[in-house]
Amino acid sequence: MENKLIVSPSPHVHSGDSIEKNMYGVLIALIPAFLVAVYVFRLDALIITALSVLFCMGFEYLIAKYIMKKTPTIFDGSAIITGVLLAFNVPSNLPIWILAIGALFAIGVVKMSFGGLGNNIFNPAIAGRIFLLISFPAQMTTWPTPNVGATTDAITSATVLSHLKFSPEALPAIKDMFFGFEGGSIGEMSALALLIGLIYMLWKKIITWHIPISIIASVAVFTGILYLFNPTPIYNPLIHLFSGGLMLGAVFMATDYVTSPMTKSGMLIYGVSIGLITVAIRLWGAYPEGVSFAILLMNAFTPLINNYTTPKRFGEVVKNG
Amino acid sequence: MLKTFRIGGIHPKENKFSAGKAIQPIAIPAQVVIPLAQHIGAPCQPVVKKGDKVKVGTLIGKTVGFVSANIHSSVSGTVLKIDKAFDSSGYKRDAVFVNVDGDEWEETIDRSEALVKECTLTSKEIIDKISAAGIVGMGGATFPAHVKLIPPPGTKAETLIINAVECEPYLTSDHQLMMEKTEEILIGTTILMKAINVNKAVIGIENNKKDAINKFTVAAKSYPGITVQPLKVQYPQGGEKQLIDAIIQRQVPSGTLPISVGVIVQNVGTAFAVYEAVQKNKPLVERVVTVTGKDVKNPCNVLSRVGIPLSNLIDFAGGLPETTGKIISGGPMMGKAIASVDIPVTKGTSGILIIPTLESKRERMNDCIRCTKCINVCPMGLNPTLLMNLTEYSEWDRAEKDRITDCIECGSCSYTCPSNRPLLDYIRLGKGKVMGIIRARKA
Repeated sequence: MENKLIVSPSPHVHSGDSIEKNMYGVLIALIPAFLVAVYVFRLDALIITALSVLFCMGFEYLIAKYIMKKTPTIFDGSAIITGVLLAFNVPSNLPIWILAIGALFAIGVVKMSFGGLGNNIFNPAIAGRIFLLISFPAQMTTWPTPNVGATTDAITSATVLSHLKFSPEALPAIKDMFFGFEGGSIGEMSALALLIGLIYMLWKKIITWHIPISIIASVAVFTGILYLFNPTPIYNPLIHLFSGGLMLGAVFMATDYVTSPMTKSGMLIYGVSIGLITVAIRLWGAYPEGVSFAILLMNAFTPLINNYTTPKRFGEVVKNG
Repeated sequence: MLKTFRIGGIHPKENKFSAGKAIQPIAIPAQVVIPLAQHIGAPCQPVVKKGDKVKVGTLIGKTVGFVSANIHSSVSGTVLKIDKAFDSSGYKRDAVFVNVDGDEWEETIDRSEALVKECTLTSKEIIDKISAAGIVGMGGATFPAHVKLIPPPGTKAETLIINAVECEPYLTSDHQLMMEKTEEILIGTTILMKAINVNKAVIGIENNKKDAINKFTVAAKSYPGITVQPLKVQYPQGGEKQLIDAIIQRQVPSGTLPISVGVIVQNVGTAFAVYEAVQKNKPLVERVVTVTGKDVKNPCNVLSRVGIPLSNLIDFAGGLPETTGKIISGGPMMGKAIASVDIPVTKGTSGILIIPTLESKRERMNDCIRCTKCINVCPMGLNPTLLMNLTEYSEWDRAEKDRITDCIECGSCSYTCPSNRPLLDYIRLGKGKVMGIIRARKA
């Protein structure tokens, strides 16, 4: 007995928290948006999401085992999240082979070549989406008409943001955008469903409010100011908030642990910058949508932000009680 | 809203199995081993030799230097030898071995239960008595109590804070002492107020000890200047700086002592020891120890003389469970894992915690996923994962700039890390290294 006592430094207890718990928590938070997607796009959404997850897990397994020669950890949940988010960022009628290329790029190039979970610089799903958008612009910007109340699903339609950019007179009701019945990528449908996911993650303390709220607030304030000077739909803050990938990006993509800043002040800088860049691209750029570019750009700035910001130190608020 | 400190913090499962268990004395064995280093600072010089007769309360180790605390015999009998013995540090250090014979006390010690309220001594006389009695911080850090009572020149204390937080999970020794020795603690607090010449004292108690809060709130009414402050349960509220922030909303600046915001903090067990030393002439020779653990048959609070082997206390609690994997001296967050149960109880032994094998091993460590949970829980506003990396790569300048020396080693970062990274292990290493560099620079 004596000799078998374990001696180690304190602390001697652990919270029991794990990578898996956090990752599966994010997946639970993605369920509402997934349900809306299945409701709107029926079987297509299910197939694309399932295959995307399978591709991501499969590529990670193969790369970890045969190239990196380490024990694959495909059930830690991170590859599943990448798979779901990649699927959420593509149209539901995307050819499967294109999806497979996106998954290979996201997992193989963006995640595993940097060393796997924790070491990547860019968010794999975002980088995967942008890679596909640039490589296959036609397939990536042709969305099927949402299936709600319609009898056909073969017609393709433009999204709110392309209306906004190219034909503002055809804009849908904001209410429909909020609940999710306008055209777009699989996971971008319902702002409401994504916000439910946000509330769940905040409640479970998986993320803090700083990044999503600062993105949403900066988009609202920036477009709001423009709207005050020129009240046309193109500047309407509500349209900007509830359209395209803004909510998906703000809640699930920009909050990726690995690629976002670590300090609270850094998170605010990051979030506000993403909001501003998004609006700038939407209003003045060549693409109708700018969230993913904004996030990718700020991913690149994350190490710099981490380097120049510090947590609020004890002792620096000497007297305010 | 209950008060608490404003940065970071965690709430581990409390597991206070021994709460409400009356303090029971431990029988004195045939031999005790009294270490000469039971405090932070220089070890004592022995003042007895082989064959000397000692009584309970006889001085056997004298202080060397200012930061040090006298050691007294906790039993009566004959000094067998002065030799090296293992203590909770894991090293062999000097200790006095005493063969026990009866239980005879020094005549000057008042052993009656009678409450002595009146204290007419001056501040200096009180501090001298506390110093002579060898009192140390009873919360576990064992910093000599009298040193804290003599603030550096140019500083002035305004408030005394009594640390009755007991934020470590499992431990209940302070709680039970508060329930059984309420008046004595309040008198001890009054004496400490007199010693540092303040007229305001706050006793901070966490809200998971409602009975103690009620008892003290009622009893404190007859002690002018003493108030009770209930606090939200949050670890590490027993940390000196955290407790001050929680109670008076002032944050002690980096690298300074609590006196810089006009505060002196003493543990509730220390206040009781001060009462006994000043009013009863009794040096610090025994203390309350919690013996506990998930598989311990009879988790309890015991009164143990210094020098009794931990194994006697464990036997009293029903013996070592079959499942034992790790034994901690202290609490689970900051306590020390010990290699043997034959080491003696010392002034700083607040608890003996027996952890089952299943919970003794750490999970496999993964890469940092930068979830920032360690930053969120750090009560000092540090970036633990950064400090770990800086230590790993020996970036001492940067580690110093990022305040590695502010770390209070509470372990909240390691506790919370989803990747099971040994953050505190590295930070402790780096902190020691950086402190050495700073010392060398000053020298």
